[in-house]
Amino acid sequence: MDNQNNVIFSCEGISKTFGGVRALKNVRLEIRKGEVHALLGENGAGKSTLMKIVIGLYSADKGTMFFDGAPYVSANPAKAAEKGISMIHQELNVEPKLTIAENIFLHREDRVKGTMFLKKRLTNQKAQELLTRFGIPYSPKQEMGTLNIAQSQMIEIIRAVSSGAKMIIMDEPTSSLDSEETRKLFQIIRDLRSQGVSIIYISHRMEEIFEICDRVSVFRDGEYIITTDLDKTNKAELISHMVGHEVSNVFPKVDCPIGDVVLKVEGLTGKGFSDISFEVRAGEILGFSGLVGSGRSETMKAIFGLDPYTSGKVFLDGKEIHNRSSKQAIARGFAMVNEDRKEYGLCLFRPIRENVALPRLTRGPLLKWIRTRTESQDIRQITKKLSLKASSIEANVYSLSGGNQQKVVFSKWMLLNPKVLILDEPTRGVDVGAKAEIHTLVSQAAMEGMAVILVSSELPEIMGMSDRIIVYHEGRINGEVTREELLSETVTQENLLALAFGEKR
Amino acid sequence: MLTAKLKSDEFRIAMRRYGIFLVLFIIIIALSICSPTFRTKNNIISVLQQISTNGLIALGMCFVITAGGIDLSVGSMLALVGVLSALLLKQGYSLFLSFLIPVVLVTFCGFINGFLIARFGFFPFVVTLAMQLVIRGAGYIVSGGYQVPIANLTYLKVYSYRIGDILPIPTLILLIIGILAYILLQRTTFGRYIYAVGGNANAATASGVSVLWIRTFSFVISAFCTSLAGVILTAKVAAGMPNIGSGYEGDAIAACVIGGTSFAGGIATIPGTFCGIIIIGLIYNGMNMLGISSYWQTICKGLLILGAISLDMVMNKRK
Repeated sequence: MDNQNNVIFSCEGISKTFGGVRALKNVRLEIRKGEVHALLGENGAGKSTLMKIVIGLYSADKGTMFFDGAPYVSANPAKAAEKGISMIHQELNVEPKLTIAENIFLHREDRVKGTMFLKKRLTNQKAQELLTRFGIPYSPKQEMGTLNIAQSQMIEIIRAVSSGAKMIIMDEPTSSLDSEETRKLFQIIRDLRSQGVSIIYISHRMEEIFEICDRVSVFRDGEYIITTDLDKTNKAELISHMVGHEVSNVFPKVDCPIGDVVLKVEGLTGKGFSDISFEVRAGEILGFSGLVGSGRSETMKAIFGLDPYTSGKVFLDGKEIHNRSSKQAIARGFAMVNEDRKEYGLCLFRPIRENVALPRLTRGPLLKWIRTRTESQDIRQITKKLSLKASSIEANVYSLSGGNQQKVVFSKWMLLNPKVLILDEPTRGVDVGAKAEIHTLVSQAAMEGMAVILVSSELPEIMGMSDRIIVYHEGRINGEVTREELLSETVTQENLLALAFGEKR
Repeated sequence: MLTAKLKSDEFRIAMRRYGIFLVLFIIIIALSICSPTFRTKNNIISVLQQISTNGLIALGMCFVITAGGIDLSVGSMLALVGVLSALLLKQGYSLFLSFLIPVVLVTFCGFINGFLIARFGFFPFVVTLAMQLVIRGAGYIVSGGYQVPIANLTYLKVYSYRIGDILPIPTLILLIIGILAYILLQRTTFGRYIYAVGGNANAATASGVSVLWIRTFSFVISAFCTSLAGVILTAKVAAGMPNIGSGYEGDAIAACVIGGTSFAGGIATIPGTFCGIIIIGLIYNGMNMLGISSYWQTICKGLLILGAISLDMVMNKRK
C-alpha cells in the first residue's frame, strides 16, 4: 500500500437493501487522487446505487466511507458538495430560467454582507473568469435554457469545480453528446485530472472507458468484482467480469410449432430508434436485448401507437397497417404490457375488475351499457387462469403485491386474446416466484399461437425464453441470435452483452 | 392477527363506502331532535327544493373532478342561462325555445372548456377561471347590466309547482338527472372511462381510451347540468340576473368532496355525491332552524370539507 496517502475516497462493506431486494452486498471501492476511475456493470449491477449513497441521496444500511483522509458520511447532495464531492447526473440539474452565472453560483451566491441582496456584478465577473478558463465562449448573463445538453453539462462541471469539488461523479456524461462534444469533454476531464481532481466515470461505452480512464472497477448483481488498471486488461476480460459464470435459472420455455409471419416491421424509424426491421411468427417468442435506453421500448411504443414514427412500414398478417393510437392497435389485435406498470398499466385506486376489463371495453363504442355480471364472470375466469391472488376482483389494485399487480396487467391483455403480444420488461419489480409464473404465462401465450415480443434487459431471462434474440445498440439492431446458437452455446451471455455494447459479430 | 387485520380492512372499506351515509343519518336525527320545525313536512319539501340547484351543479361537477379536472365557471353559467332565458321570453320566443337555446349555448361553453383543457393540456383551474370571467362578462353585455324580470307564470312554475302537492319540479329534475348520472357513471363504458382517465390518464390511453373526448365530455356534462340548475334558479328569482351565482362552484365542489369524490381523480360515487348535496342543504336549513347566523354556516361548511378530505386520506391511505 504505497499509495495510502494517494487515496481521496474509499469505502468498505457497503450494503443496501430496498424492500427485501439486495441492491448492494458488502461493496468496496477506492479512488485515488487525480485519477479517472471507471465504474462498469450491467444495468442493476449497483453502480448508481453506490454513487447515490456516496452523494447522500440514499443512506447505506452498513459500511464505512472515508473521504480526504477522514471518515465520511453524507446526509444529502448539498452536504456532499460542501465536502467536495459532486455528481453530474444524466438528467442535468440546471435551472433553465436562470443565467449561466446564477446557475454556477446557485446556493452560494455572493451577497452584500448581512443582507439578502445579491452582488450580481461580482457573480457575473467570477463566472466570466471561470468560463474563460474552461474556454467556453458564452456570456455569463445568458439564460441557461438557451444552451444545449453538452453546453449545460459543461456548466454543471464548472459549477462542481468552482465549488471546490475534489471528486466529481459523472453518470454517462457522453450519452447525449456528439463526437466533437465528447472530445471537448475529455479535454476538460484531462485538465481536471492534471489539477488533481478525481473523476468517477460511469459509462457503458467501452471505447471511451479505455480512452479516458486510468482504472476500472466492475460490479455485478450488487457485488464488487474487481478493480484493475485499464492498460492491463481488455474488453473481453471486462465483459466476462460483468457477466460472471453462474448457471442461469431454469426457464419454462416450451418449444411449440411456429406458424406464419404475423407481424413484420420494415425500416421503422422514430425518436430513439432507426431502421428497425424484423418479423415475428405465430407461436414465436422474439427477444429484444440491449442496454436500458437503447431504443427498444421506444420502438415498441411506436408499433403500439403510443408514440409516432417518422418512416418505415408495419405489416400485420401481410397487410400494411399504421397504428396511430393504442385504440387502433388494440382493435387490430395488439396488446402491450408496458415496462412501467404504474404509469402505463394500472389505475391503482380502481378495482381489479375495472382494470382488467378496460381494454376490452375500448374495442366497443364510447357509450354502452356494461353487463356487470358477465363481466365479473369473465374476469374471475381470466384472473383464476393466471392464478392472481387477491381477496376479490373488487379489491383495489393498489393493495396487491408487485407480482400480482403485474398479473392484473397480463389479465387485461390476455382477455383480448391478442395476435401480437408485446411484453416490455414483464418481470421488472416482481419477486422470484411471480417471475417464474410470468415466464410460464409467456410460454403459454406462444403456445396459444400469439406472436410474442419480449423486451428484457435481463440476459438469463431473454436467453431462456426467446426463440430468437435481436440485440439493440444505440437505437439500431446490432445483431440477431437464434435459439440453436444459444443452446449449442455458440453464442454466450458475453457475446450478447458485447453486441449490446456495440461490438459486431 | 390476520383475521383482526382483515376485520379492520373490512371496516375500513365499509366506512369508506357507507361512512358518509352514517354522517347524514346522524345529522338528520340530531336536527329532528333539536328543532321541531325541521321535521315538518313543509320544511323537508323545501329543503329538497332548495338543494336542487346546487345538487345539479354538483352532479355535473362530480364527472369533471372524477375525470381529473375542476370547473370554476359554473357560477357565471347560471347567470348567463338566466339572462338569456329572460331576454328570449321578453323578445317573444316560445317557452320551449327560451329553455332550450340558453341550455344549448351554455352546454357549448362547457365544450369549449373541455376542448381547451383536453386538446391543449391547459390547466382546468386556469381555463375555467378564465371562462368564468368571459361568461360573466357575456351575461352583463347581453343584459346591458340590468336584471331582466320574467313575467311568464309558467316559467316560474318550474321552481314553485309541486306535483301532487308533494314533489317540487326542481326536485324531480334533480332525481331524474341523478339517476341518469348514476347510470352513466357507474353502469356504462363511458363512466368506466371517466374513472380510468381520472385514475391514470396514461394507463387509460395505453388501454385504448380516447382521453381527449372523455375529458371534453366531462366538462360538457358539467355545463349541461349547470344550465338546468340555471333554469331552476332563474324561475326561483323570477328574473335573469347577470350578477347571480357567484360562489356556487364552492358549494358544488364541497358536496362532491363530502360525498367521497377524490380530488386526485378516479374516485367518486353518485349516491355519495347525493349525500354530500343533502348534507350541504341541511347545514343551511338546519342552522337556520336553530337560529345560527349564516357566518357560522360558512365556517361549518369549511370544516366539513376539511373533515371529508381527511376522511378520504385516512380511508384511501394516500400520502
